[in-house]
Amino acid sequence: MDKSVSFHNKLLPYLLLAPQLAITMVFFYWPASQALNQSFLREDAFGLTTQFVGFENYADLLQQPQYYAAMFTTVIFSSLVAALSLSIALLLASQADKNLRAASAYKALLIWPYAVAPAIAGILWIFMFHPSLGTLVRPLRVIGFNWNPLLNGNDALVLVVMAAVWKQISYNFLFFLAGLQSIPKSVIEAAAIDGAGPMRRFWTVIFPLLSPTTFFLLVVNVVYVFFDTFGIIDAVTGGGPAGATTTMVYKVFADGRLGGDLGGSAVQSVFLMIIVIGLTTIQFRYVERRVQY
Amino acid sequence: MVENRSFGDVLAYAILSLAVLIIAFPVWLAFVASTHEAATVMNGNMPLTPGGHLWENYTRVLTSGTTQSSEPVGRMLTNSLISAVGIAVGKIFISILSAYAVVYFRFPFRKTAFWIIFMTLMLPVEVRIYPTYKVVADLKLLDTYTGIILPLIASATGTLLFRQFFMTVPDELLEASKIDGAGPFRFFKDTLLPLSTTTIAALFVIQFIYGWNQYLWPLLITTQDSMQTVVIGIRKMLTSTDTKAEWQLAMATAVLAMLPPVAIVVFMQRLFVRGLVETEK
Repeated sequence: MDKSVSFHNKLLPYLLLAPQLAITMVFFYWPASQALNQSFLREDAFGLTTQFVGFENYADLLQQPQYYAAMFTTVIFSSLVAALSLSIALLLASQADKNLRAASAYKALLIWPYAVAPAIAGILWIFMFHPSLGTLVRPLRVIGFNWNPLLNGNDALVLVVMAAVWKQISYNFLFFLAGLQSIPKSVIEAAAIDGAGPMRRFWTVIFPLLSPTTFFLLVVNVVYVFFDTFGIIDAVTGGGPAGATTTMVYKVFADGRLGGDLGGSAVQSVFLMIIVIGLTTIQFRYVERRVQY
Repeated sequence: MVENRSFGDVLAYAILSLAVLIIAFPVWLAFVASTHEAATVMNGNMPLTPGGHLWENYTRVLTSGTTQSSEPVGRMLTNSLISAVGIAVGKIFISILSAYAVVYFRFPFRKTAFWIIFMTLMLPVEVRIYPTYKVVADLKLLDTYTGIILPLIASATGTLLFRQFFMTVPDELLEASKIDGAGPFRFFKDTLLPLSTTTIAALFVIQFIYGWNQYLWPLLITTQDSMQTVVIGIRKMLTSTDTKAEWQLAMATAVLAMLPPVAIVVFMQRLFVRGLVETEK
């Protein structure tokens, strides 16, 4: 992977690297090491003294029912968002793939929600479903559904999921459409000649060939739900009601800032780092395989 | 493809058109709300067509803000623009230089430097918020553009993208430049940079959207209203008790805040798609 020709200069490469390395050190590695360090420390109630407490913060966190609740919420939230946004996007991409002219026109009309900030997406959805002024609440009441995302935890989670899915469909659509368009038409025609109908062709030929894209998107979607939905949650529910929409990332924020429990927040950061390292490793293993393909 | 296509085609158009309408609905509703007066929006029975207060609501937020947040949205939009352009340009600048060093030079610790940069993929801002906040506070960068921009520009994506692009540039170009007597600066300026313009533009589009839509980081490090970005500002308009929130003004702000990044995606679709696909490789 190296170039066969290169420049020889003792100082220049270091100067070129300096800005990025400096920023990386100051704003990435130093804070990350501080988080690790903080996870072993505890401050007294007034923040005057700090002492080394070993794994006590870890033990405390693992005894908190709220932490398991946040983990559970994160798992439910990620599975719902990933399942819904992937299947809706696949349906739309497979329809758009039927006709190239339609594909390019619909692409423009479907991809723009990617550009909407998560916090604003959250505000758009709470406006539609706000218990007292939401336009879509009255129809819900008419069919006998007492909807209130500000008081009911399940309603709140449904609302956050809808906003997150709305934003993510565009991304998944783009990658599925690219994946579909790269499948050779001859393979599909061969299946058709063998007598396979459109549904059978989709599930036995197209879907398996699309599995690298699907797997890649699955990882990306989980990362998205973990980290990029912070703005949606903060705008729609603020983690409530009663912690029903508090994900692991939201809890790091809420515990450190509102609760002032920096040690506990740091332990949660460490757990999240481990999760991201795991996800990134999976992603890159897979990417390498795709390159060799 | 093989069968008679007419039925399948009609079905495809129907499904896609329905999806387009459903996806656009939340934004349409926000736009409609931004053209009515407060009472119409608050009674829960807002019509689905625009009202007559568009001009009034938009000039009000742009020049004088809302009752909860007296900061004019014009100022917030400026803050967002400065942050987003700063993040995009800063990221392109530092990552093109580091990629140039890693690809075109041989020096001790080259691999180490690359891995140090690469590993930042695993440290998103959310997992190190409070310590990063403390660093920025210690450097006296709270409530400054530098404080918003700097911690967000270092990441591996830009460097990986440029590295990948540089690897595809034929070695013969460097050999030819060397024969012509060009040093590292001239080769970069006259050969590599002109070849990279599309990659730079694609990365700019993606990073501008990323910067414009930042939420958690600016929320933490801005305390003065005059430094708020528009995404933070609109959120603060709605934090007071919901009955008092001026939704028609908040929705006008939301429309203004969505406009620049959405326009970029729509009008620069090609660059956007390219940037999106390439940064994920």
